[in-house]
Amino acid sequence: MNLFSISFHSLRQRWLSSSMTLLSVALGVMLMVTVLIVNGIMDRMFSQSASGYDLIIGPKGSALQLVLNSIYRVSAPIENLPYLYYLELLKDKRIENAIPLAIGDVTQEGAFPIVGTVSKFFDVDYIPGKRFRVKGDYLQQPFDSVIGSVVARENGWGVGDQFTMVHGGAEGHVHDEKFTIRGVLAPTGTPNDKTVFVHLEGFYLLDDHEKPGHEAVNRWREFNGLDPLKGDELQAEIKRWGIEAHDHATHGEEDGHHHHAHGLTDIQKEVTAVLINMAGKKYGAFAQIQFENEMKEGFKAQAANPAKEIYWLMTNVVGSVRAILVVLTGLIIIVSGVGIFVSIYNSMSERKKEIAIMRALGASRGTVFSIILLESILLCVGGGLGGVLLGHGLVFLSADIIEGRTGVLINPWAFEIMEVYVVATMVVLASVVGFIPGVTAYRTDVAQTLSS
Amino acid sequence: MALLLENVKKDYREPDGRPLPILNIKKFQLSDAEQMALVGSSGGGKTTLLNVIAGITAADSGVVSIDGVDMVKLPEAGRDRLRAQRIGFVFQTFHLLQGFTALENVLLGMSFTGQRVDKHRAADLLKRVGLDHRLHHKPSHLSVGEQQRVAVARALVNQPSLLLADEPTASVDLANQELILNIIRETCAEHKVTLLLVTHSADVASIFDRVEKLSDFNQPGAAA
Repeated sequence: MNLFSISFHSLRQRWLSSSMTLLSVALGVMLMVTVLIVNGIMDRMFSQSASGYDLIIGPKGSALQLVLNSIYRVSAPIENLPYLYYLELLKDKRIENAIPLAIGDVTQEGAFPIVGTVSKFFDVDYIPGKRFRVKGDYLQQPFDSVIGSVVARENGWGVGDQFTMVHGGAEGHVHDEKFTIRGVLAPTGTPNDKTVFVHLEGFYLLDDHEKPGHEAVNRWREFNGLDPLKGDELQAEIKRWGIEAHDHATHGEEDGHHHHAHGLTDIQKEVTAVLINMAGKKYGAFAQIQFENEMKEGFKAQAANPAKEIYWLMTNVVGSVRAILVVLTGLIIIVSGVGIFVSIYNSMSERKKEIAIMRALGASRGTVFSIILLESILLCVGGGLGGVLLGHGLVFLSADIIEGRTGVLINPWAFEIMEVYVVATMVVLASVVGFIPGVTAYRTDVAQTLSS
Repeated sequence: MALLLENVKKDYREPDGRPLPILNIKKFQLSDAEQMALVGSSGGGKTTLLNVIAGITAADSGVVSIDGVDMVKLPEAGRDRLRAQRIGFVFQTFHLLQGFTALENVLLGMSFTGQRVDKHRAADLLKRVGLDHRLHHKPSHLSVGEQQRVAVARALVNQPSLLLADEPTASVDLANQELILNIIRETCAEHKVTLLLVTHSADVASIFDRVEKLSDFNQPGAAA
C-alpha cells in the first residue's frame, strides 16, 4: 500500500463526510469554471467577430446597439439609412469595402434573423484570416439565399429548399415570396451560423420593404439637412425620381417565385447598416480617424468602431459582472476549503489511534503528516476536477438557452487555461487547510494514544 | 545477539514535576530466535519496556541494541525505520485499522519499510494463520481471535528479527488463546524470529522455556 491508497482508504471509511465535502468543493469550482467558460467564450466571440470590420455605419444613436445588431444580431436595429447614402459611401476612395445590411425580418420556421446583403459580404474575412466556406453557391439571383450551419441543422434545410420570411420580427405578417437556398455556410463559430442571408435585391422586392414616394423623398431631404417638401413641389420631386404608384395588381410570377414586379427606385430603398473596411494600405491609418471625425461632426449617420465598442462592453459591463462573479465563486471555494479543514480536523480526534498504529508500525512523523495532507489534496483536487466536469456539463446543458436568448454561440467543451489555474489553486488551498490537521497527526504521542 | 539492553533508564514525570522512575535495567538480553515470556504485574513497566525496545519511547540513557544497532543513539526517524524493518509488534487490543480489510491491514504493515509491498507474502501469511477465507473481511466482520491472528500476520509480514507481543492473548477466549500462542511461537520458530512476549498470566508463561519476571532485572527505585 502506498500513501495514496492509505489516504484514499481513510476518505472512503468516512464516505459520507468525504463525499459531502467533495460535493461542496465541486459545486464551488463548477460555478467558477462556468463563469470562466462563459466569459472566455463571450470574450472570444465578441472580440473576434468584431475584428473583421473597421467601422460600421448606421443611423445616429447608440454605437453599441449598432454593433450588437449588425454583427451579433442581438438588440433591435436603431433605424435605417437611405440606400442612396450607401451608394455615396461606395464612391469614397478611402473605403475599400462597403457592405450593406438590411436587417429586421426573420424566417417563418425557427425565427432565424434575415440579413439582406450583397455577395461581397462573403468575400471579406469574417475574422481576420478566416474566409467563409460554402457548400453550394453564394448569392446570384434576387431570391437566392445562403444559410448558416446552425440554421441548416436546426431547420433541416439544404441547398434547393425554399422558405418564407416574417416581416419585421416574429409577429409581423408572412411575406408571400419564397427564397431558395443556394448555399450552406460551413460553421464559423460566430452569429453568422444562426443567420439567413438573402440577396439585397430580393429583400427590396418584398412587400413593405420600400418607403412610399413622398416619405422617401422627404426622408432623403431631411437626411441631407433640407426642409421637407409639400404639395406640387413634392409631387414634382417624386416624379423627378421616377417613383411610380405601388400597384398590387401588377404582381407576377417569375421563376417560380411570387414577387412584386414593380420597379423600386433607389430613393425608396433603405439599409440598416453598412460594414466598412478602410483602404488602410493606400491611405494610411489616418484616413480612418479622419473619416470617423467627419462622421462625428456630421448629422447624417454615425460610424461605430466595433472593436472599440466591444472593448468598452467587455471592460465596463461584462468585465465588472465577471469580476463580481469570480470574487463570489472564489469565496465559495474558500468556504469549501474551510469545510475540508473542519471535516479533516474533526476526524482527527477519532483518527489519533489510527495514526498511532501506523506510527507503531514504523511510519515516520513526516509520513503521517503526508497522509493527512494527501487526504486534503485528494478532496480538493477531486472536487476541483469534478467541478470542472460539472461546469462544462452545466454550460453544455445551458448552451441552447444562452444561444436562444443572446444569439451567442457556446462551445461547452472549449477549455479555458484559467481552469488549470483553478485546479492548481485547489492544490495550494488543500495544502493550507490540510496543514493544521497534518501537524496534529505529526505531533501524536504514540505510546500514550495506544495505551489510552 | 538479537536484543541487548544495558544500563537502560526511563523516567516519567509526576504532575508536580518530580521524576517517576519506570525502568532501570542493568542488563537484559535475548539470543537469536530465542523465545521468552516476561511476567510482571500491572503498572510494572512492561509496556514501557516494549515501547523503549521498539523505539516508540526513547530511553533516557543506556544501550538498546537490536541486531547490533543501538536504538538510543538513533534519531527518531532512524528508530522509526528500524522498527518498520526489524521489529514486529502484537498488541493486546490488536490495533487493526477498521477501514481496511484483513489483507490491507497486513499490507499496511509493509507500507513503511521503504520496500516493495508484496501482496502474495501477505496473503500467504494470512493463510498460515488460517485466515485465507477472510482476506477481504474488515475487522468488524472478524471474530476477536481472527482479529488477533491478522495482527500476528501483520507483525510478521516484514520478516522481523524481533517480535514484541504485549499481552497478545489477554483479550481472547481460552480456545483462541492456545491457538494464537501456537501460531506466534510456531511462526517465529519457522522464520527464526526472536520472541519477547509480555504477559501477566502464569498459564501463558508456562509454555515458554525461558520465563523471567520483570522485577528481577528492573529496579527503577535503585540508585545508579
